[in-house]
Amino acid sequence: MSGEGTMQSEVGASAMARARWRWPEVMFWLLAAAAILIFPNRYLLLTEIAWLGLFALSLDLILGYAGIVSLGHAAFFGFGGYAAGLLALHGVVKEPVLALIVAGLAAMVLGFATSFLVMRGSDLTRLMVTLGIALLLRELANKFSNITGGSDGLQGIEMQPILGLFAFDMFGKVGFIYCLVVLFVLFLLARRLVNSPFGLSLRAIRNNPLRASAIGIPVNRRLIAIYTVSAFYAGVAGALSTQTTALASLDGFAFERSADLMLVLIIGGTGYLYGGLIGAVIFKLLQEFFSAITPQFWQFWIGAVLIVIVLIGRERLHRWVMFVPRLVAGQFARAGTSAVVSKGETL
Amino acid sequence: MTLALETVHLEKAFGGLRVTRDLSLKIEAGARHALIGPNGAGKTTVINLLTGVLKPNSGEILLEGSEITGMPVHKRVLRGLSRTFQINQLYPDMTPLETVGLAVSEHLGHGSDWWRRMGTRGHINDEIAENLARFHLLDAMNERTSTLPYGKQRLLEIAVAIAAKPRVLLLDEPAAGVPESERHDILAAVASLPRDVTVLLIEHDMDLVFSFADRISVLVNGALLVEGAPDEVARDPQVKAVYLGEGADA
Repeated sequence: MSGEGTMQSEVGASAMARARWRWPEVMFWLLAAAAILIFPNRYLLLTEIAWLGLFALSLDLILGYAGIVSLGHAAFFGFGGYAAGLLALHGVVKEPVLALIVAGLAAMVLGFATSFLVMRGSDLTRLMVTLGIALLLRELANKFSNITGGSDGLQGIEMQPILGLFAFDMFGKVGFIYCLVVLFVLFLLARRLVNSPFGLSLRAIRNNPLRASAIGIPVNRRLIAIYTVSAFYAGVAGALSTQTTALASLDGFAFERSADLMLVLIIGGTGYLYGGLIGAVIFKLLQEFFSAITPQFWQFWIGAVLIVIVLIGRERLHRWVMFVPRLVAGQFARAGTSAVVSKGETL
Repeated sequence: MTLALETVHLEKAFGGLRVTRDLSLKIEAGARHALIGPNGAGKTTVINLLTGVLKPNSGEILLEGSEITGMPVHKRVLRGLSRTFQINQLYPDMTPLETVGLAVSEHLGHGSDWWRRMGTRGHINDEIAENLARFHLLDAMNERTSTLPYGKQRLLEIAVAIAAKPRVLLLDEPAAGVPESERHDILAAVASLPRDVTVLLIEHDMDLVFSFADRISVLVNGALLVEGAPDEVARDPQVKAVYLGEGADA
């Protein structure tokens, strides 16, 4: 067959098509970078959005791609946060980037160790087990106050310059750029991962574990792997939070943090990597907006927004919001195809 | 003679209900073996035992002479025991390309590869293309599976199983629910399965069984009733009684 070679390259091209960068993605990151210049007064908020986005991305990896629900993802966030704090406080690892990696790895080890508990049972057991682990860690941190500072948290953390070059400034500019770069690098890594055979097998497991094992996919091993990776991401997010605020507290482990995280991801949507990031932006902006008008009751409004999203459906909201951009894109696409067709005709 | 798949005194009970009774099946290498039986005979349980979804209470399962009784599902697949599903268990949101790609990646040992993107390894693409072409799915490879006609979905079901390069293939009612117009494609695909793959067909459709199988085992109430060549089985009075009801005895 003469067409065999082209057939195979077509298969390759189609398989890779999913991983291709699209212009909205490029726009997203350009906007994120532009935020450095556009909002010089809001670096603290932007920094929070960046690490919250990373934290939500880590939940998306297990929930959106592998279908593992968790109500205790703060366990890894808190663990990474304390790890980074202790490393800086005791001067074990002074350089922030290195400390960040070590803190992430510490959370990763915790993730691997607890993954075996999470593999068992249904969604409900998973919710309970993850919740239990986070509560346990919080109490342990409270109990060992000689190490963790108890309810006061770790105080007096002094951060060294990043890579020995860039000192954290009081406006938080360096901190934000640092968070954004870490977020971008880890995002690229996650993007690679979900578009790999490994990532595809996770989607297969989420949709139908019985079928996945009948294909030859070692379901539990894959789930343990992604849970461990996700713990690393959450640990890094926690470490970023500690490093940029010079504070690690019991709040890191709090149930509210895990619950808010679920909210962030539900607002943004699961299973396409940007959900956590977009959710973090919207969540933090809503929080800012509502707490400015009603400082006491902002959670009331967040709750209302959540109900609206769940009832109306994100799909539909997305369609409304994207109506005009899509109209424009549609016009371009049509112009593009007609150009191709006319070229074909002249040949 | 070499055996591709064998069960030795296999027993399975759910509570007090014995659904598989002292089942000893021998399936020769390269055979086209059919397992038939009336509804409730325990055919599905046998598949689940063979593939490892269920564990037997006692007895052994041997794949090409080595024991696999306690082996997890995915390891059996890698060892060469693959199956299709009776009711579609495909991924509605994935494309045929992705679905077959999953099986090929696992089979070639790249399933845990997290750094390379899909489609960047030539030999994986080759195998995917070959499988899609064999089952006439190339044109539809980028469609969502849920949008494919039912017949195409059944073909994909077989394509995925074959993509794992099995030595033994369990075909669970491959033509079930396929409209008459698409039936021919399924039968042709089943007939053209590679000869070196041993096939165990679990089927209701007697036309398909007798046109395909060179050996038939009849399962009744979880136990083996009769085993033999198709014409022997067709003539067997016990089988007639089971399939035609009490009327055959009278």
